[in-house]
Amino acid sequence: MSAELLHASVHASGSLRKRLAVALIGGAAILTLLFYFVIRNYATQIAQKGQDSILQASVTSILDAATIRNGVIELDIPYASFTMLGTATDDRVFYVIYQDDEVLSGYENLQPATLANPSDSVFQSTTFMQTPVRQVTAARSLAGVDSRARLTVSIAQTQDSLAGTLNDISRNTAWFGTGFFALAVLLSMWAISTTIGPLKRLADSVGRRGPQDLSPVAKPVPTEMAPLVSSLNSLMARLDKSLKQSEEFITEAAHRVRTPIATVRSHAEMTLQRVDKEDNRQALRSMIRAIDETSRAAGQLLDHAMITFRANQHEFQDVCLLQTTKETVQRLTPIADMKDVQLNLIGNTTISVPGDPILIQSAVRNLIDNALKYSPAESVIDIEVRHRPTLQIEVRDQGPGFPDNEMHTLTDRFARGSNAGHTIGSGLGLTIARDVAATHGAQLTIANNATGGACVTLSF
Amino acid sequence: MKYLLIEDNQELAQAIATRMQLDGHVIDHATTNAEAQAFSQSGDYDLILLDIMLPDGDGTDFLQLHRASQRDTPIIVLTARSQVSDRVSMLDLGADDYITKPFDHAELQARCRAVLRRRVGATQTVITLGDVEFNPVTSHLTVAGNKVNLRNRELRLLELLINSPGQVFSKQKLFDRLFSYDDNASENAIEVYIGRLRKHLEPSSLTITTLRGMGYRLDER
Repeated sequence: MSAELLHASVHASGSLRKRLAVALIGGAAILTLLFYFVIRNYATQIAQKGQDSILQASVTSILDAATIRNGVIELDIPYASFTMLGTATDDRVFYVIYQDDEVLSGYENLQPATLANPSDSVFQSTTFMQTPVRQVTAARSLAGVDSRARLTVSIAQTQDSLAGTLNDISRNTAWFGTGFFALAVLLSMWAISTTIGPLKRLADSVGRRGPQDLSPVAKPVPTEMAPLVSSLNSLMARLDKSLKQSEEFITEAAHRVRTPIATVRSHAEMTLQRVDKEDNRQALRSMIRAIDETSRAAGQLLDHAMITFRANQHEFQDVCLLQTTKETVQRLTPIADMKDVQLNLIGNTTISVPGDPILIQSAVRNLIDNALKYSPAESVIDIEVRHRPTLQIEVRDQGPGFPDNEMHTLTDRFARGSNAGHTIGSGLGLTIARDVAATHGAQLTIANNATGGACVTLSF
Repeated sequence: MKYLLIEDNQELAQAIATRMQLDGHVIDHATTNAEAQAFSQSGDYDLILLDIMLPDGDGTDFLQLHRASQRDTPIIVLTARSQVSDRVSMLDLGADDYITKPFDHAELQARCRAVLRRRVGATQTVITLGDVEFNPVTSHLTVAGNKVNLRNRELRLLELLINSPGQVFSKQKLFDRLFSYDDNASENAIEVYIGRLRKHLEPSSLTITTLRGMGYRLDER
């Protein structure tokens, strides 16, 4: 499985971060506005109450000053009645005094409010001379010896000072609100990042994994994410199990197939020694070739499965490349001898590379194996282990080399060179080497020697 | 050379044994661990071929017992598993080499030869014919007192001929024995190797006769 395949497309619908941001910041904005209006409304009420009580006191002091004598109302407006209404902004005050329905004094066009209950004062916000005013109207019945009169007093005051106070309060409230909002946004950001953080970390830790790493996520995650992680782990466990099962299946299948094939091959070879007729001999040779193809494919498939499986384990240790190569060369020497091909090991670097010794050995074996298959009799295969420019092993043979136009496809699974001709192969050798390279972050380069022959380099 | 073959599959065992006998070796065949123990204690073998899957236990049991009893007979393991780790553990247990089933008989021979060569002190089988001494293990040929080193294919060709002097081998037959089935060589390549052997044997009392249309034969002058 290649790494690209694992980056499957995801159908993303909305962003949690955005949703959280909209909910938290939007909520904060609504709360701020609410806060602003409630405070402002409350302040207005209190300020209004203040003005009203002074107006009340003023109107009461005027009414209290009235007396009736011999049917004539005497009213000496106390000085304090108007001075108590003084404000910093010099609000204007208007008044009108009625005796019954007749204007006694004041602004005639100031209209007193109608009193439903004679003993109550009535407050109203209205306009007088194009100016918004607060007006209070109160009445008092005066009774003389033989006369009665009803005195109605109405005082109106402009609201410049009140408006100023309210503006101050509004401005301050707005500043507080803005500050509160900014703080809420900061807190939201922090809340979002701490909430999204574990998700992102989980995604990162899963994303950083190698293509074969199917071990469960072991890092602690928040409770809410536990179901997701547990499903993820169980999915990976199932995947791992199914991988292992197919690996076991391949091992078992190869094993079941190998012994009978070995029997058939040995018999065919035996018979070939006894049969003289060329037709029969030819048939037997084809048979043995077919058997070799089969067994080689089985072996390589198994090796490939093994590599997929082991790459998953990622049990790395220090591997001495030269030592591994030496063992592999020794192991392959009898086969090389059969063709009188000389395996020439060059190099004395003892530098180790972190890796899986079995995988590296498998890659090295496949490289030398390939060179052996395509080498002509009595030729030399140079196997060089060096540490400049990097630690690498290079296998050079004197065979036909790679066809120029196929170099980039030859490491594909089951791909074989067009000049492979009669040579038995499964097309998995270079794939195995390439996969091992990928597992170790190494590079597999295939090229041809200037003097002909293939040159394959595995650079760590 | 005396071999002990431990293999529970009768068919395969028979095929291997017949083929080994054809090459001039003596083969004893055991099918179980117990039988193998009995054989290895009574006989003195040059080499043991051991199948790793036996009906009465793993072949590795035999390996361990064998090594524990201080015997140094080389062992080549025959395995149907090709798990890389399996191979390694087999070598750790004291096998000298292993070969994966199915195998080319020539490869088995080559591995046997390589193992025996490594243990050269233990075996000194020399075939003598006329004034020629031939050691198939070390691939040394002594012609009239002079030592000659043979290449692998020359060695195998001589081994074939010297084991059956006077017998005629057809070109095809020799080709099948010397070349693997995926070699791109033509049958004419045999003439090259016959030519080389003739040159090596020139000073000796042996000669390779060409029988037109039939093949080759090793004769003593």
